[in-house]
Amino acid sequence: MRNFKTALLSVIVFTVFCGFIYTAVMTGIAQAVAPKAANGSLIEVNGVNYGSELLGQPFTSEKHMWGRAVNIDVKSYKDSNGNQLAYGGPTNKTPASVEYNKIIGERIEKIRKANPERGNEPIPVDLVTASGSGLDPDISLAAARYQVPRLARENNMSEKAVSAIIDACTSPKVLGFFGEATVNVLKVNLMLDGVLH
Amino acid sequence: MMSAVLQYIAFLVILVVLAVPLGKYSADVMDGNRVFLSPILSPVEKLIYKLTGVRKDEEMTWKTYLICVLYFFFIGMAFLFVFQMLQDKLPFNPQNIDPMSWHLSFNTAASFATNTNWQAYSGEGQLSYFSQFMGLTTQNFVSAATGIAVLYALVRAFVRVKKTTIGNFWVDMTRATLYILLPLSIIVTIVLFSQGVVQNFAPGQTAHLVEPVAADSEGNWIEGAKIDLNTHTVTVHGKKVDDAAIITDQFVPMGPGASQIAIKQLGTNGGGFMGVNSAHPLEDPNVLTNLIECIALLLIPAALCFSFGLSIKNKKQGKAIFAAMFIMLVVFLGIIAYNEQAATPQLAHDNAVNIAMTDDQAGGNMEGKEARFGIAQSATWAAFTTAASNGSVNSMHDSYTPLGGLVTMLQMQLGEVIFGGVGCGLYGMLGFALLTVFIAGLMVGRTPEFLCKKIEPYEMKWAVLVCLATPIGILVASGIAAVWPDVAQSLNNAGAHGFSEMLYAYSSAGGNNGSAFAGFNANTPFLNVSIGLTMIFVRLLPIIGILAIAGSMVQKKKIAVTAGTLSTTNSMFVFLLIFVVLLVGALNFFPALSLGPIAEYFSMIM
Repeated sequence: MRNFKTALLSVIVFTVFCGFIYTAVMTGIAQAVAPKAANGSLIEVNGVNYGSELLGQPFTSEKHMWGRAVNIDVKSYKDSNGNQLAYGGPTNKTPASVEYNKIIGERIEKIRKANPERGNEPIPVDLVTASGSGLDPDISLAAARYQVPRLARENNMSEKAVSAIIDACTSPKVLGFFGEATVNVLKVNLMLDGVLH
Repeated sequence: MMSAVLQYIAFLVILVVLAVPLGKYSADVMDGNRVFLSPILSPVEKLIYKLTGVRKDEEMTWKTYLICVLYFFFIGMAFLFVFQMLQDKLPFNPQNIDPMSWHLSFNTAASFATNTNWQAYSGEGQLSYFSQFMGLTTQNFVSAATGIAVLYALVRAFVRVKKTTIGNFWVDMTRATLYILLPLSIIVTIVLFSQGVVQNFAPGQTAHLVEPVAADSEGNWIEGAKIDLNTHTVTVHGKKVDDAAIITDQFVPMGPGASQIAIKQLGTNGGGFMGVNSAHPLEDPNVLTNLIECIALLLIPAALCFSFGLSIKNKKQGKAIFAAMFIMLVVFLGIIAYNEQAATPQLAHDNAVNIAMTDDQAGGNMEGKEARFGIAQSATWAAFTTAASNGSVNSMHDSYTPLGGLVTMLQMQLGEVIFGGVGCGLYGMLGFALLTVFIAGLMVGRTPEFLCKKIEPYEMKWAVLVCLATPIGILVASGIAAVWPDVAQSLNNAGAHGFSEMLYAYSSAGGNNGSAFAGFNANTPFLNVSIGLTMIFVRLLPIIGILAIAGSMVQKKKIAVTAGTLSTTNSMFVFLLIFVVLLVGALNFFPALSLGPIAEYFSMIM
């Protein structure tokens, strides 16, 4: 019976120490030393919240750079006024089925139609696949460069100017080998739209 | 090619380099020695003993030790269950999230108390911050600490001679939490929030979408819609869609994420703060956080191999066990990496898609994987997380190639002994080590012994149960589920892959792993209850078995090493141990794997 009492007290004490105190202290330090990062890395320009630089958004306009294949969830979240909010999720499809082969075929068709300059050039794989989170903010450098001719045409810019924007939004591999070289799609599009400079 | 290989090597080297010193430190902590953090933490430790009425020097028999583990397990689970059922009435619920259903709450409570962290819910949508940090974070710490405690009860049984007691559970659990898990969690948390992982108590935010999207009257996204914001009309292929809603904002989840993510990685728990776990950019935003999280998920289980060697005063034994685990890990990592990089013909689409690895892209099977992680960082995580019984993911295993997915499943089915969970992976492997010396002893006609103690029928019976708990749990439960009427409706993919989704779910529960082929909709009463019970069974049966073995071993005398003693530290033993682990796994799971991933593989290449 003494052990039962100790067990009960231990659950309470550890809930306070590991649950409450640990979380509260960590939150306090985070808010003091890294408030922007700890609050979602939001991009605010002239009072408008353009989203988190870490969260992908769906882009289908030909003027904008496209990100990973779009899989949006508009059902799960609502704002306080009851309006639906966009979010993302994975497809969880097996890449080895006939059904998947069909889905990829449709994505290829759409991308080729929007990028006639590229003809039948093989499309970089991350453009035709959906990400793990459905909120991937990045695409590979190859996928970004693939879209340069279209972006230049649609935005009346030179390909050089588009490439310069892409370079400005690229994170290279760490130490030249670790991770992947990626391009932040939201930042590129905000720069194409003239919101960010 | 070179850079990908270098990435895999970097992960493995960093893991070993950090595991060795942590192993030394952890051995000192669990042996009750003073460590460099003692001046700070010792007063806290004493305070906890005072508050909970623990007498630090009181020794326990194996039965008392077990009773304490069980009381602590069930009371912790009950607290979590109640938190989730009452979350609408408790504080820290800025999103006004409803209470969980009883079966989902049972499943989640069982899941976190057993160190599994199977998630039939989505964190940002179905749990209040209170449930997350008071409930889940707490269990993340103490369930991992319980694993270390039970491991050390077994260690003492090998070290002590002709005694009856195996230590004090409360002291072991408290020291493991306070000296090992908490300091490491604080370091990891600080790195995470400085890099963009959320850490606050604010409600979820909304942000302006650059391009609005449309939803039909049933709330589904309309693909390819043209949206005119001025006239508020939505058209598809020139036709106006009535009752369509235009969505102009995005949901940005918030909350105390970093602190919970740190311990879910370190404690081999794995339960994500967000629904999609570390694939979520706010849970794992870049390669630095990915490196830290990925190493964290295997660090303590790897370190404990070295702690074990030090504490039993036989460093070679610790290294031999480590070697067996490490060899299997490297082989399995290689198979996953190869298959994910090779992708599938369905994705390559007759060369219309460029799946080659170049300096500008990762290539390979990118479905369900994040661009910032590519193939190397995703495959490494997948191998680590299913080797350790962690179960967090940074890519969706459901979208892996058939053979890549098979390996993730197999690592769990082997009983989570390739490093496995914190503490429990190693005591599970020691169960296999007993089985190995027994089989080897039979072959050469000698009485089996391990660490100078005789292995007799009593220990063997329990060791077999420890080794078979996972196969029994997985096969019985998935067998029942396969014929249960409504389970087929939970599948997200058709055919063999659909079967794999269900087999993966029970393998994950049966290995106390917690990862998922996440297309599987597990939130139904039958699945919640059956998966919950499976997790409890495979967690508690090995704990009972290991403590029973400890209780018997501690009473034995040590026998002298002679020329005829079977060495348990040489490469022959390492090979035999790997052989026994694979044999038990292969014999048990080959039929089930044939129906799932192997069948899918052959239909893929046809």
